[in-house]
Amino acid sequence: MSVGRPIPHDAAVLHVTGTARYVDDIPAPHDTLHLCFGLSDTACGEIVAMDLAAVRSAPGVVAVLAAEDLPNSADTSPSAHDEPLLATGRVHHMGQPLFLAIANSHLAARKAVRRASVEIREEPAILSIDDALAADSRFEEGPRFYRKGDANRAIAAAPHRLEGRIEIGGQEHFYLEGQAALALPQEGGDMVVHTSSQHPTEIQHKVADALGLPMAAVRVEVRRMGGGFGGKESQANALAVACAVAARVTGRPCRMRYDRDDDMVITGKRHDFRIDYRAGYDDDGRIRGIEFRQFARCGWSQDLSLPVADRAMLHADNAYLLDDVTIESHRLKTNTQSATAFRGFGGPQGMVGIERVMDEIAHALGCDPVKVRRANYYADAAPGDAAPAPAPLDDGRDAPADTHADLTSRGTTETRGQPAPPPSGAQTTPYHMAVEDFVLGEMTERLVESADYRGRREQVRAWNAGNEILKRGLALTPVKFGISFTLTHLNQAGALVHVYQDGSVHLNHGGTEMGQGLFRKVSQVAAHRFGVPLERIRITATDTGKVPNTSATAASSGSDLNGMAVKAACDTIRDRIARLIAERHQARAADVRFGGDRVHVGGESYGWEEAVRLAYENRVSLSATGFYKTPKLEWDRIAGRGRPFFYFAQGVAATEVVIDTLTGENRILRTDILHDCGASLNPAVDMGQIEGGFVQGAGWLTTEELVWTDKGRLATHAPSTYKIPACSDRPRVSNVSLWDGRNREDTIYRSKAVGEPPLMLAISVLMALSDACAACGPHYPALDAPATPERVLAAVRRAREGAR
Amino acid sequence: MPTTFLLNGAPVSVGGDDPTRTLLDWLRLDRGLTGTKEGCNEGDCGACSVVVTDGRGTRALNACILFLPQLDGKAVRTVEGVAGPEGELHPVQRAMIEHHGSQCGFCTPGFITTMAAAHLRGRTDHDDQLAGNLCRCTGYAPIVRAAEAAAAEPVPDWMRDDPARALSARPAATAAAAEEAGGPTAPSSDEAAPPHATAPADWGRRAPLAETSAACGADMAAHPTWVRPRTADELAAWYLAHPDGVLVAGATDVGLWVTKGLREPSPLAFIAGIEDLRFVEVGEDEVCIGATATLEDLRPAIAPLHPDLAELIRRFGAAQVRGAATVGGNIANGSPIGDLPPALIALGATLHLRQGDTRRSIPLEDFFIDYGKQDRRPGEFVEAVSVPRQTDRLRCYKISKRFDQDISALCGCFRITVEDGGVTDARIAFGGMAGTPKRARAVEAALTGRNWSQAAVDRACSAMAEDFQPLSDMRASAGYRLETAANLLVRYFHESAGTAARLLEVQP
Ligand SMILES: Cc1cc2nc3c(=O)[nH]c(=O)nc-3n(C[C@H](O)[C@H](O)[C@H](O)COP(=O)(O)OP(=O)(O)OC[C@H]3O[C@@H](n4cnc5c(N)ncnc54)[C@H](O)[C@@H]3O)c2cc1C
Ligand code: FES
Ligand code: FES
Repeated sequence: MSVGRPIPHDAAVLHVTGTARYVDDIPAPHDTLHLCFGLSDTACGEIVAMDLAAVRSAPGVVAVLAAEDLPNSADTSPSAHDEPLLATGRVHHMGQPLFLAIANSHLAARKAVRRASVEIREEPAILSIDDALAADSRFEEGPRFYRKGDANRAIAAAPHRLEGRIEIGGQEHFYLEGQAALALPQEGGDMVVHTSSQHPTEIQHKVADALGLPMAAVRVEVRRMGGGFGGKESQANALAVACAVAARVTGRPCRMRYDRDDDMVITGKRHDFRIDYRAGYDDDGRIRGIEFRQFARCGWSQDLSLPVADRAMLHADNAYLLDDVTIESHRLKTNTQSATAFRGFGGPQGMVGIERVMDEIAHALGCDPVKVRRANYYADAAPGDAAPAPAPLDDGRDAPADTHADLTSRGTTETRGQPAPPPSGAQTTPYHMAVEDFVLGEMTERLVESADYRGRREQVRAWNAGNEILKRGLALTPVKFGISFTLTHLNQAGALVHVYQDGSVHLNHGGTEMGQGLFRKVSQVAAHRFGVPLERIRITATDTGKVPNTSATAASSGSDLNGMAVKAACDTIRDRIARLIAERHQARAADVRFGGDRVHVGGESYGWEEAVRLAYENRVSLSATGFYKTPKLEWDRIAGRGRPFFYFAQGVAATEVVIDTLTGENRILRTDILHDCGASLNPAVDMGQIEGGFVQGAGWLTTEELVWTDKGRLATHAPSTYKIPACSDRPRVSNVSLWDGRNREDTIYRSKAVGEPPLMLAISVLMALSDACAACGPHYPALDAPATPERVLAAVRRAREGAR
Repeated sequence: MPTTFLLNGAPVSVGGDDPTRTLLDWLRLDRGLTGTKEGCNEGDCGACSVVVTDGRGTRALNACILFLPQLDGKAVRTVEGVAGPEGELHPVQRAMIEHHGSQCGFCTPGFITTMAAAHLRGRTDHDDQLAGNLCRCTGYAPIVRAAEAAAAEPVPDWMRDDPARALSARPAATAAAAEEAGGPTAPSSDEAAPPHATAPADWGRRAPLAETSAACGADMAAHPTWVRPRTADELAAWYLAHPDGVLVAGATDVGLWVTKGLREPSPLAFIAGIEDLRFVEVGEDEVCIGATATLEDLRPAIAPLHPDLAELIRRFGAAQVRGAATVGGNIANGSPIGDLPPALIALGATLHLRQGDTRRSIPLEDFFIDYGKQDRRPGEFVEAVSVPRQTDRLRCYKISKRFDQDISALCGCFRITVEDGGVTDARIAFGGMAGTPKRARAVEAALTGRNWSQAAVDRACSAMAEDFQPLSDMRASAGYRLETAANLLVRYFHESAGTAARLLEVQP
């Protein structure tokens, strides 16, 4: 039985021997050319003159392209067609590609672009949230609102009130493998593209568009990425399009990879947010009414900002039942890199908002923050509750008419008809979805015990009393994360499975492998369906020529969607074999069993290879596609109503930290995590996602600080200045366990998605730091993120002296 | 002369036309060894780590900022050479698979090589050994579990490279040419013992050689754009003749001029192999450190004398950087945020400079004149730095966003002598607070002659603003720097009173 076992990553042996191939490792023909973008050094302005003669004459340069040299107006946007590959007339951020050098080596191309002489008439840039608000520079016509009840009235009527603001920094993905692509021109103008992208179909679409070809003339292949984290959902487009266009122009293979510094100044990052909040609450800390105003700094183009900002709104409640609530969201347009998808996709920022409020209420009431959180939790689902029968899907909506439309991109926005109201009496989210699978009450109870939260709370208090300079802090925070693409039609997936006459199985599906173990999980599903050992399953590169119209591997959906599609494909073949075998034994197909590398019928059995040979000889098709679409989803993103999520993944973390009140330096001492993966397909892979996601989230909230100069230059454009967690930054002690529940919804083997949710467990780090700062004085420390030493020191001062 | 080294056990020679070609580019592009990855091209991520062995031992280095001429006479092992000749997995490879130490796998080859180097040396301080390898996926815990699991396994035979084989594999023609020129064919540099064990006793007293010696001359004849001097004398002569030349020691700064600045410095002298400058001599009266001693050479030698300086060095870059970076380079570079200068200044260090046959010694703090400007004459180089033996009172406080492998936002080094409750002497120096590493003279004056008390410390803290008007940048604001600089003096005061003030010592 392969499902549910802790089997190593499918490429683990290749990884450790250095033989796993990434895009830049793929051997290419010797006449392959290399590309490099020339970048804008100005954040906002008009291009007055661009003299590229010196670039053209640089050693090794074969051609140089500016916007006007492109065959079609190549665009790289995943949403609004607002990102020309090369700047046309105006520049919108420092680091925007202006022209493309094509040379016979990567180094020659990099050296050449520095010889350009570009004159840009600089205009005042809109850089900050305040700049954008002052200029009313935004996407969409105005703010979006989700409303439930009457927040204003409830706040006014509440016994206590508070209001405040938290600033939350962005985050650079820092995938270890930078962006890369390789385009190989084919006969008849066709193009094959190898790319490090989470969204091969998007690449296919953008490349076809740029070349003026139908999608069928472009084939895109992705074997693996050296990390993605959302940073390769749309940000890989530019390199693939550039390579394809250059390959078209030169007739030669073209490859491109960003030098790390280029990667950091060109590509988008996690959105930084400001969240203003106003809450009314009672003596128990129960929130009576609450208002959030979320300001997202989206950068210069729309990219995926609308659904990111939507998801921040969708997680403004996190684990808490809010009866009277208003969430207002501003999507601000600035002259900075276009912020993009990043693990959690806005959810983390939304959650930080309400966790801050919980922390501040507990501080104001002088009671334990866990008590306040518990008082506000949704109610746990009753144990035996079965999932209600799936509602019919309404399929009667119109497809967008725009021919450039990225139908498979999350950047596409659609408005849908009236979703059905939630069942009456159900506890609902601020967007009117019934919460039917909440388990955090029980999970929290379990973690409070296993982590000895209460005992350690006392120990921390005592320790702090005896220590003047160093202070400890402890916090427990929950995560409830909605699983599904909020653009409903993306919740579909396809698979292609071949069984060869020797019994080996070729497995393909639309998901991409970026380290998350998707291929391993999906191969476990296939092995399980056929009842054969894993070794029979050959995992192959994602290929738009095999499975078309795929959604991005994103929104944690990879194994939910592709696992189901693979299951469907395998079952089709399995059923055909079963029918054949059943016939031969006058048995019913349903009584044929697959297991132990054999096919069993009655008291007899066939070896797998024998059964396959029989099927082949009897002219049974051994190839099948599989398809899956997630049931029950209905969502109106404008009204903020419906069921955008199939279910919620949940988790809870308790973290202890220590700070130095003289310098603000801080570190994580211990973390205890209990996380819900449903019935895990592969506990080792899931543990890896949890431990890794937590550390990545902790980096976001502590050491990872993005700094732009007042001219809009990203000052932290390399790992020398942008600090992701290093080895010793992981918690000194880390106890991670899986919650052994089954998904009440009918997912693949009742597992739950695990890609994004664990990142948000790290909010416990920020809250523990806040707790440590609060130990320094009577006032609320109002700690912003990332909690660098400087911000911690400022929060210590606020705790002592109050806000000034 | 070409550069000859062992690559995964087999001798290779590369020509010298392009002295700033990096080992990483050469491996990936010329040799097709794509297991070694580029993650940053500036020494910060460790994805390009390779195992390098020479007469001084084995260590991991970053191939992205290693120039080919630096490898002469050494043995290099890439991830492809960590598994055995028959494909047998190395214990760290097996453990990484078993403990799920790879996810996307892109950092993995760098981890494998770094872990293999540490494993060979029996190192179990995994956090320090791996501080220079970034992983964005795993959160490190499974990697450390793998390192722990592999620790007890024996070192596979194939990992024990014998760099002498590289020397004997030198192309005959070059050897003959060098011999003809009257020089040594196989310099003994690579077989020397660890530097702190034997330092040249006659350092600074030897008569300099006026002429460029043979090895250097052979280099020069073959490649007019670069040389690889074997002795300080050769360097002195060459540099006098080429005052516009650029010295490359560990290349942890110069490397970035090339990989990021895309500069093509020339002519170059690769000086890391100058054995008579690579020593740490602990004498009766002073500790003398040769310019090409690496940070990793210095750390164990200084630890018994000034543990806090050793701890500062532990946080200097990471193992791959410290194994290449030299003491001379850190000083000569003149960076206001170099970590050694404030510590050495607080210890009262003297800098020894040499131009041709002329030597002079100056207080280290006088070397740093202004931002980007040092008291160094054309053709003059750093030969050594010395600090007087003293009772250890040194405390070094490095403040950065991340503890490991980060550049200081500020670095405060304090040596305050208290006798009978009164301050008799104070030497305090900071990095990151001005355009140069700089002493806090007003603070020193405010303390000296006073009682060592909270009141005196508070008074001295307010003098900090007289000494420094720091800048704001991406590492910290001016306000934070000034406030924290003063607080570091408070920390020193508390530590001297025995109050717990060390964050990194707090246990869960
Ligand atoms: C990833 C990374 C992390 C780092 N972390 C730190 C850190 O934590 N703290 C810190 O202080 N630095 C750090 N550095 C900077 C660098 O490692 C140090 O400055 C190092 O000491 C430089 O030594 P080197 O031998 O590599 O110098 P090189 O790069 O070889 O040379 C540096 C400069 O000094 C000159 N030079 C070298 N030797 C001599 C000599 N004997 N006489 C005259 N001139 C000479 C060179 O010509 C050049 O101008 C880091 C660098 C990297 C890449
Ligand atoms: S590539 Fe990052 S250290 Fe060399
Ligand atoms: S496994 Fe992806 S960076 Fe380490």
